This record gives sequence, structure tokens and C-alpha cells, in this order.
Amino acid sequence: MQKFNIPHNWELRSIIEFYAKWIREGKLKVNSDWNVENIKFTVQDPCKLVRQSLGDWIAEELRFVVKAVVGEENFVDMVPNKSNNYCCGGGGGFLQNPYVEQRLAFGKIKFDQIMETGARYVIAPCHNCHSQIMELAEHYGGGFKVTHLWTLICLSLGILDENERLYLGDDLKECNLPAKKR
Amino acid sequence: MTAEAIHLEEQVARFKERVQGLLPDGGNLDMCLTCGTCSGGCPASGLEGMDPRKFLRMVALGLDEEVLSTPWVWMCTQCERCMHACPMKINIPRLVYEARSNWPRDQRPRGIRESCDFHVQRGGAMGIPKEDWIFVVEDVLEEVRQNQPGWEKLQAPIDKKGTGYYLNQNSREPVTEPEEMVPLWKILHLAGVDWTYSSEMWGGENYCMFLGDDDAWAKIVATQSRIIDDLGCHTFIETE
Repeated sequence: MQKFNIPHNWELRSIIEFYAKWIREGKLKVNSDWNVENIKFTVQDPCKLVRQSLGDWIAEELRFVVKAVVGEENFVDMVPNKSNNYCCGGGGGFLQNPYVEQRLAFGKIKFDQIMETGARYVIAPCHNCHSQIMELAEHYGGGFKVTHLWTLICLSLGILDENERLYLGDDLKECNLPAKKR
Repeated sequence: MTAEAIHLEEQVARFKERVQGLLPDGGNLDMCLTCGTCSGGCPASGLEGMDPRKFLRMVALGLDEEVLSTPWVWMCTQCERCMHACPMKINIPRLVYEARSNWPRDQRPRGIRESCDFHVQRGGAMGIPKEDWIFVVEDVLEEVRQNQPGWEKLQAPIDKKGTGYYLNQNSREPVTEPEEMVPLWKILHLAGVDWTYSSEMWGGENYCMFLGDDDAWAKIVATQSRIIDDLGCHTFIETE
């Protein structure tokens, strides 16, 4: 908006900020009771959201939400992280251009970072990150899954239907399902 | 092996001068300490024999032909890790953007170009028509209301005036995995948020920016901005 000097009467906010706010306000009564197996999670810092736009405070809010949902002890951060985190290689149109081999080579550093955490799930709050990291897991044989944040919030709240679990592994396909149909 | 020397007196760094003219403080393009911190943290280092420091040095030396033809600019994601780490805060990503913009439009990667064109024409990068977007949202909502106990009053409004909150939607879900839209709707419902999508320019992505197409990028942003204002929303919630 600044770049093109377009006048407007609204303000832009990230959904991550609202997730954190609604959890603090008690509107989203999340907890990590469902994670009895202590499944480990890590999180990707989307470049557009963190380094390029809002900075480390939104990365902190992201971690607040993740920890509230999966359990503080079940969150393992990547190194480096937040504004210093590495790009996954899914952005900038890389997923839409023909340089696949180079994109996978680019992503090897992200793959290694994730493997270092030992996490079974990567939370990717950006669709490009989501697609790229899934492809990295498949290509390099990582065995980890990539999921959206809204999936885990709803899982924690016991409101995630069985057909809303596309990106969950078998370990969570039946975890905390809502009451069956009447 | 000895590389042939570059004769600097023959070079005019036209590309550098042009980008300098576009940026506050000239993008600090002359302030490189050649330390290599940029390249050290760049996952694109080494691709096409290029890295951010090398790219910047080539720009500074006026090797415009090489700079403006290397496909490396499509392998740099403009993630800004280099600029973040740079002690002189040199805007290398903007150099990459301008180099992309310099490619003839029809020679830029087709996938990015099509995503951009779809977005401008139809409101989302996957190119589904407006009617299909509306149908998918209504269809998925109806199914949840009927089949999931407790969600009979779930909302997913499009073009609802005066809600306060406007949401974008990445176009992947309605096209390939519509049920993945539902968890966010449920969260908004529990939070008591009155919100709306729009029927036009609803996509959450923006490939025109990645295409290096200023005009198309501006068109998307300006159209979406006007829609949000017309709907009377005070807040645009970016969903990713």
C-alpha cells in the first residue's frame, strides 16, 4: 500500500495476532491435554510475515499459540529462528517456476534444520512454505508432516472433524474427534 | 586458471544507477563491505554459480548483461535474509526484483505469469471463476451445518457489508481441498468475529509481485483495497 501510495481506511493485521489475542481472552480455550504422546512440533517462520513485515514480536506470538496448543515441552525451535530463520524456498514464485532441482537444493538447508529438531510435525502458517516443506520431506525422506496452525487449534478444541485432517498423520487421525453425528 | 580481466573503464553501471534512483538512500548499493555475510545465510548461494554478494558486485561493476540475463533471479526468493544480516543494510532483494522486471514479460516463468494473470482477471491465482468460488464456500458451509452437530449456525459470508473484519483466502483451498477452509471458520465463530470474504479479488496470494509486474501488482492491491473500503471493514485479516 505504501509502495503504490493507495489511500485506504482499513488496517492490515495478521491472523496469528488474533489467535494469540483470542487465546489470552479465553475465547479459544485451547490446551495440550490431547497430546498425551508428547508429539514434538516445530514451526516455520514465514519470511513475508516475520522478517519482511512484522518482525520478531509476531514470531513470539506464533510461538505462544503453538505452545498453548501442543504443550510448551513439545515445541522444539529451529536454529536459527524468527527473523534469522532461513527461507524454505517455496516463496518468490519458486514453486511456480521450472527450476525444480534448484528449488530442492535451496530447501536442503531447511530440511536439515527441521531434522535437527527431531519434530514429527512442522507447522507452516504460509501456503508456499507448506507446499515446499512437504515436498522437501518427501524428496529427502524426512518422515515428518506439515500442517496448518488452524488444524491444531481446532484439534486442541475438540472441534476438528475427521475430514478436516488432510495434513495430519495416522497418529492424529482419530485424536480428540468431536462427538459423532446424531 | 586465469579469468580474463574485466575492463572497468568500459563499463557503465546503468542498472545500478537506475535502481539507486528508485530507492531511499540509493538502497545503499555503494556501501558493500564485501564481507559475504549475505551469501553465508542465503540458501540460494551456489545456484547458477551465483550468490548475493557476487550478484551485487556484478551490479556495482556494471556487468549489466550478465546481471539481467541470469536465471538466478528466479531462484532467489527475495526472502530478505541477506539484507537483514547485512551490516550496511544493502537492498539486494530489490535489485533482484528490478532484474526480474527487466525480463521481457513473455520470457518470465510461465507459471508465475499465469498465476498473476489469473489473479488480475478472476480474483485468485488458481483461476477459478467467481461463481465457482461462491459455490464452493456455500456448498462446504451447508455440508458442515448439516453433518456436524453444534455447527448449524456456522457462517462464511461473502460480500457482507459492515462486518468490521475482512478476510482473504488462499486460493488453494477452494480449488483443491475445500474442507480445509472450515477450521478457520470455526475459530472465527468461537471468537465471535463478524467477518466477510469478498466475491472479487479474494485471493490471499500475489504472484504479480513475484513476477516483477508493478502494474498488475498495484491493480490487485488497489482493487482489493477499494472492495474492503466499500464493505465498510476496518480490519483486513491476513490469513497467512
